[in-house]
Amino acid sequence: MEWVDFFLQQLITGLSNGMIIALIASGYTMVYGIIELINFAHGDLFMLGAFLALTVLGALGLGDWSGASAWAAVVIMLMASAGFCGVLNWGVDRLAYKPLRNASKLSLLVSAIGASFILVNLGLFWGGVPMDVFAGGVAAAAPKDFPALVPNTNLLGEESLVQFTPKDVLVWAVTVPLMVGLTWIVTRTRLGKAMRATAQNPVAARLMGIDTDRVIGATFLIGGALGGFASVIYSLYNNTISFQMGYRAGMDAFTAAVLGGIGSMPGAVTGALVIGLVRSMSDAYLETRWTNTIVFGILVLILIFRPSGLLGSRAKEKV
Amino acid sequence: MTLKTSMLVAVLALASSAGALAQSGTLKIVSSLPRTGSANAQTGTIVNGIKMAINEVGGKIDGYEIVYEDWDDASPQRGNWDPTVEAQNANKAVTDSTIIGYIGTFNSGAAKIAMPELNKAGLVMISPANTYSGLTKPGMGEANEPMIYRPSGSINYFRVVPTDDLQGPVAAEHVAGSGAKKVFILHDRELYGKGIADVFQKRAKELGLEVAGFEGIDTKASNYKSLCQKIKFSKADAVFFGGTTQSNGGQVAKDLRSVGFTGMLVVPDGCREEAFIQAAGASNLEGNTFVTFGGLPPEQLTGRGAKFCEGYRTMFGTEPEAYAVYGYEAARVLLDAIKRASTKDRTAILKAVAETKDFDGALGTWSFDANGDTTNRVFSISSVKGGKFVFERRAGDAPAGGAKTE
Repeated sequence: MEWVDFFLQQLITGLSNGMIIALIASGYTMVYGIIELINFAHGDLFMLGAFLALTVLGALGLGDWSGASAWAAVVIMLMASAGFCGVLNWGVDRLAYKPLRNASKLSLLVSAIGASFILVNLGLFWGGVPMDVFAGGVAAAAPKDFPALVPNTNLLGEESLVQFTPKDVLVWAVTVPLMVGLTWIVTRTRLGKAMRATAQNPVAARLMGIDTDRVIGATFLIGGALGGFASVIYSLYNNTISFQMGYRAGMDAFTAAVLGGIGSMPGAVTGALVIGLVRSMSDAYLETRWTNTIVFGILVLILIFRPSGLLGSRAKEKV
Repeated sequence: MTLKTSMLVAVLALASSAGALAQSGTLKIVSSLPRTGSANAQTGTIVNGIKMAINEVGGKIDGYEIVYEDWDDASPQRGNWDPTVEAQNANKAVTDSTIIGYIGTFNSGAAKIAMPELNKAGLVMISPANTYSGLTKPGMGEANEPMIYRPSGSINYFRVVPTDDLQGPVAAEHVAGSGAKKVFILHDRELYGKGIADVFQKRAKELGLEVAGFEGIDTKASNYKSLCQKIKFSKADAVFFGGTTQSNGGQVAKDLRSVGFTGMLVVPDGCREEAFIQAAGASNLEGNTFVTFGGLPPEQLTGRGAKFCEGYRTMFGTEPEAYAVYGYEAARVLLDAIKRASTKDRTAILKAVAETKDFDGALGTWSFDANGDTTNRVFSISSVKGGKFVFERRAGDAPAGGAKTE
């Protein structure tokens, strides 16, 4: 049954794309949850993570990556990008957001847009670094090929029409544990409790002896690290990176976060999976040019009937 | 200020046409090309071509000093040509009366913006790279094209490259000639990409190819796996992508191969640059990807063209990219017109350019026709082998058999 194969294929592609969005969206939603800032710089932070991953790969040496060494390189990149993006996000908060903690939300938003511009241009500059992985850095703005470390072989057998590859496995194997771990941190740990308290009411949290600055810093660190993980799996899945990729990735993630209910972690994941699947199905069964219209049409409909998003709870933010 | 300048120009024009005074002064040529972004590899080579042409005449014609300025019409935000910047460039050129020639644009969409402005000012514009047919040819684009680009009623826009209404059919003929039966057509929803995909489709149908689909892609998408799976399941044995490296051609090629599509991929000249191979990954293009291009690649040029390549290598120490020779040719044809007109007067220079006939150029001997198009109609088809474009064959020789609309 060919149409079954086709449908299953779209399901796999949609879920993989959705999971990548979910990782980025959770970084968005965490930051929004705690300081009510739509962190426009998040997508661009994610982009820099991908550039770092490619640089690390270049430093390790390009060559025939296969088998164990390829997987080792993947793990090294994941760690490096997560660390880098976490620290960078924390740094952006210190420099661009923290001084405005008591200013109006609008100033904070403008500051985020500014940070986003700086990061994009940093990416543009980075692409011009004369390394082999950037094709000598001749065309700084050109999209860069990201080596296919993860093979594209079909795990269901070469004759199967449905493709399920190690790439999909990688995406799922990184995203699901991270999401579970994140939920555990937020709901079960001391830090998570402090985060939720700060999100509910920063002043009261401070009165209860919570160092809210540290908690916010930790939130940015974790959110950034998730962006870093996302950047590596995105790069290994799509095999192309460019300094402009943060805009679309950020846009999709932001839409996912709003769709699911901004500030809610399971909401961000649900929203992301919905967007991934809808994109896939629309590309496959309708025409690609309708895809964005459909995604945003669904967003509008959901916001009309459930203004707080799919899983967002109205009570959570208010005291 | 404009009034004063134009009076000054008028006086100078009178003086020079009277021929009483010794000619002196500065004539400025500008180019407006995307210098920020991935097109830079191509535009850099065009600029080199222009510089070389000016260098060959020693930077002087009949006592006039030829000054060249390299303008950027891209912005970092877009990483590509930007309508706002192109409009600024056109205005700047119009108001500076020492500017007598505008070489550009690279993108057909950008030409749309600059053309009417420069036309009103009677400033000659020569494009080394625009291939969208509607810019010059009546009945090939929108109903109001090309007259909306000529508010003054006369022509000021010329191009040295053959157009898409000729290139699209060359691509379709290549697909049909390979024995393919079913083709899936993609485009980037831009002026150039959609335009060439349209003419490709028309010719493909005439040749009896079945069109499995005709879709505009989202050029900012992170991947096209779903779309490419649809193509694979449609059992198409060839794909044509009307678009450029900047509109994500590399990712399209990559995803086609990653979902296991093994058929032929044909892309137009907008993808004929190193950046396309880099973006797509050389291994994804190996063997079954073909690129059409208006004219011959540098290594296939003969005569004056071969001499150009040699000179280019000596002057810049690198191989000329495919478009270098067009920059060179555009500048040479302009310099030739200046020499014949021997004046600072924009109108006279414009007239001289329009009168270009049997020009002995690096691309062969050619003329500008009544629309401002080159009479040169040679195309080439290249494949990718070992991460390099490799010339396959010549195609579409004049009088472009069946390439004109029926």
